[in-house]
Amino acid sequence: MNCIIIDDDAAARLIVSKLCNNHPKLNLVEEFENAIEAIKYLNGQEVDVIFLDIHMPTFSGFDFIKTLKNPPKIILTTSDKNFALEAFEYPSVVDYLVKPIVQERFEKAVSKLSGFTVKDNEEPVVTEDSTKELYVNVDRRLVKINFSEINVIEAKGDYIRIKTDGKSHIVHSTLKKIEDKLPQELFLKVHRSYIINLSKIIDIEDNSVLIKQDIIPVSRSNRGELMKRLNLL
Amino acid sequence: MEIPNLDYIKQLSEGDTSFEEKLIEVLKKELPLEIDSFQRNYREKNFIKTAESVHKLKHKISILGLSKAYENASLFEDELRKSNGISRYESFVKTIEVISNFLDPL
Repeated sequence: MNCIIIDDDAAARLIVSKLCNNHPKLNLVEEFENAIEAIKYLNGQEVDVIFLDIHMPTFSGFDFIKTLKNPPKIILTTSDKNFALEAFEYPSVVDYLVKPIVQERFEKAVSKLSGFTVKDNEEPVVTEDSTKELYVNVDRRLVKINFSEINVIEAKGDYIRIKTDGKSHIVHSTLKKIEDKLPQELFLKVHRSYIINLSKIIDIEDNSVLIKQDIIPVSRSNRGELMKRLNLL
Repeated sequence: MEIPNLDYIKQLSEGDTSFEEKLIEVLKKELPLEIDSFQRNYREKNFIKTAESVHKLKHKISILGLSKAYENASLFEDELRKSNGISRYESFVKTIEVISNFLDPL
């Protein structure tokens, strides 16, 4: 089973890597000192198991799990005994190891992996809030943006610009990727380079919409869908 | 007062001395940085950040076999997170001095 380790503590990573390397069924493929780097890696790679620290600065292990669409099996590692109940609310969590991790307990956790199935189509636990927000990677930080705050999203080559009332975030992504994450009832792609928040439209004129002070072009092919989505008198 | 030891590291290494040396090297490298961070956060009265520092340090305390000091560090971390007291500060500082002195000659 291919596995990765995510832990901000170098000593903890070394210990878990030793335990993994001692185990014949585990193949340690990568280690990460923060969840953001791991998210980038998992965008292009699949793994069978993640050894995940809960308590990391900026982005906790639980925050990380919520970002995974199809999470692999996860064994949590922590110095804190208080998160056990919360940990098992996540369908992908197989076991919960308290540091310092001893060999016998580690092996017991690994032995649970083979009989554990993350059910197909089982959504990761999503809090009410996470249905209203999106985390985007900006300068190695994951920044939370509430959907309701977004005015316009504009394609800029390999990047997108997400404009809210007070800010403008440049993110390495595509319009297609972000479109899949947005609630369809609130957003519409009106042009190959623009997605708009329908609730932010001030007025519409022929082939453009006004959102705040921005005039956004509407392509001929998207105009029909835009008109359909408006509550016209 | 408990005395730090290498029992956990030796048990984990199963005789792999290069692993033992590497882990001790990591502990020696990270410990002073984490202590600096702890003291700076404490001086600035940023209790949440101080709790983060204690959280990192308490793993090292446990690796070096100080189980009572580890429990004390956990209580200190809870105190800091609730910002309702720092009664365990002195004993925590004593613990990190003890583990620093233990690691120094290794």
